[in-house]
Amino acid sequence: MTGTAIAHALNRGLRDALAADNKVLLLGEDIGRLGGVFRVTAELQKDFGESRVVDAPLGEAGIVGSAIGLAMAGYRPVCEIQFDGFTFPAMNQIVTQLAKYRHRSGGLVSLPVVIRIPVGGGIGAIEHHGESPEAYFAHTAGLRVLSPSTAQDAYDLIGQAVRCDDPVVFLEPKRSYWRKGELDTATQPSAMDSARVVRRGGDLTLVAYGALVPIALEAAEALAEEGRDVEVVDLRSLSPVDDETVVESVRRTGRLVIAHEASRTAGLGGELAARVQAAAFYSLEAPIVRVTGHDTPYPAARLEADWLPNLDRILEGCDESYAH
Amino acid sequence: MDPSPSPPEPWSALDAEGRLTAHELLPSGDDALDLHRAHRDMVLARRLDTEAIALQRQGELGLWPSLLGQEAAQVGAASALHERDVVFPTYREHAAAWCRGVDPVDLLGLFRGTTLGGWDPHERGFNLYTLVIGAHTLHGVGYAMGIVRDGDVGTGDPGRDRAVLVFLGDGALSEGETNEAFVWAAAQNLPVVFFCQNNQWAISAPYSVQSRVPAAQRSQGFGFPGVRVDGNDVVACHAAAHEALSTARRGGGPTLIEAVTYRRNPHTTSDDDSRYRAAAENDDWAQRDPIERLRSHLGESSESLRAEEDRLADRLRRGCRELPVPAPDSPFRHTFAELPRELAKQLEEHLAFVQGQQA
Repeated sequence: MTGTAIAHALNRGLRDALAADNKVLLLGEDIGRLGGVFRVTAELQKDFGESRVVDAPLGEAGIVGSAIGLAMAGYRPVCEIQFDGFTFPAMNQIVTQLAKYRHRSGGLVSLPVVIRIPVGGGIGAIEHHGESPEAYFAHTAGLRVLSPSTAQDAYDLIGQAVRCDDPVVFLEPKRSYWRKGELDTATQPSAMDSARVVRRGGDLTLVAYGALVPIALEAAEALAEEGRDVEVVDLRSLSPVDDETVVESVRRTGRLVIAHEASRTAGLGGELAARVQAAAFYSLEAPIVRVTGHDTPYPAARLEADWLPNLDRILEGCDESYAH
Repeated sequence: MDPSPSPPEPWSALDAEGRLTAHELLPSGDDALDLHRAHRDMVLARRLDTEAIALQRQGELGLWPSLLGQEAAQVGAASALHERDVVFPTYREHAAAWCRGVDPVDLLGLFRGTTLGGWDPHERGFNLYTLVIGAHTLHGVGYAMGIVRDGDVGTGDPGRDRAVLVFLGDGALSEGETNEAFVWAAAQNLPVVFFCQNNQWAISAPYSVQSRVPAAQRSQGFGFPGVRVDGNDVVACHAAAHEALSTARRGGGPTLIEAVTYRRNPHTTSDDDSRYRAAAENDDWAQRDPIERLRSHLGESSESLRAEEDRLADRLRRGCRELPVPAPDSPFRHTFAELPRELAKQLEEHLAFVQGQQA
């Protein structure tokens, strides 16, 4: 497959952001000489220097807390948290400080901080390396939450996140890092808080984001062979969530299946289901179906293939909707 | 084994009787402490505190964290700041805010419930109060990183070189984030001064619950200097802060100052300190009152500023009641740089509800 890997698209996006604005700087563990454990920041310290691409001491609260101070001083820091499960030591800074300062200051102080986090399972990793923490962030007022699923989106969204005056939690689906796709760095990106219909269809809306988007597309192709016409929506922005695009789609298709890796209870799928039923109740021909991770801690790697919403589980979810 | 059986006595310049010793260590010229001004600042800050407590008792404020006994520490430190330095306070730095020129009425809004901030942090180089203990130490460190990247350290130009002053309490030393802040500040040699007012009590937890060593010794483990001063001696606090801030602006890196003092009132107006400490301890510290000590040195009477105090008190009482309640849409407007659609929808619902209530 030709094209650009998502990790490389992110690297390109960060490189362009560093070049465009000397107030942009990167902070994180092992992001400099090593280029990050996923190499997303490869070569950036070499080209922009240790003052712009900062190898942080080990301490996630320190990374986010320092980024807040840098933002107060007029900088645009982009933090890297090495793995999803290591976000939690920084949660105090993210939730009680970063998300609230604009509000507290009556709009006088912006904190344009981006927090990049590799998220999700599917790579056979050990404990704390396969979490899906998006609902914590989406639940926190004052944060924007983005998750790309393609190389183009990775490039566009990271650039928009860096330029945004609000704090952005940027969730990178780690099993998609080496997935390749077309990348045009010259196109005008669509609004970063908009969802995108990635496959047109007429009889069921399948919503996903991040690593599940390509699997949702596979499911749609498989169902097409059975004469089904599935529309696939990539949310892209998890907060604010673009429910209008989903509602508009459901009004046409009459069915909604939502897939995400995170646990079901109080997950994003529940929020979306509530909004869609409120806005399109009379368009629904079947109950809204959620295909999600389960309400257990993320399992040991040998169990993850069945725990994660894979192609078969998404197909089952669609069958459940069609059965009504 | 007790790692520090007898910590050194905190350094003092103004002894208990108000006699000035150690002249040679005190800053001179433009940086010399104006003792009359320091006295005035301490007296007015104390009156501000007294009035705020009264306003809380009258139901005008929901809560007030008193600074009684800590005036010398705060005035000493804040009077060593240069205009372009930046302060990161906790929530008890009313005297530091006063010295920095923050309108004292604005300090009341957070505690009256009219705002979550109250002033423009950039205007006076004085950031908003931080209620989560220790969280702001990292913000100070990040800001100091910004100063370094701006090239505003070690230029030798007093109009350009800047530093960060972070206030913290003894309880904050136990927080992980403060320790991360120390690691970052040390490793990057940042222009930041951590000014710890060790007032002996973190609500009901005495300092002995927090540490086996004096606070100033903490810095040694991180690789930067720590100094221990008498926190009830405004001259010593000023001299220590002056030295540390000068070092920081010069590019000499961080310092931890432990100002040994005492919180003579309860933690806040909601706290009952009679449950955890003896009145005699408080009485003992009242004997070391920082204002009385300076007053005996200056030979000033407690009446000298009374008229000015009363004017401040009037202004606070009137200003408190006149603090504007923000418009009902303001939380929505200031959560994001641009109002997202969902929030716009919720704003519309909220305004309809509020208008319905008023009708």
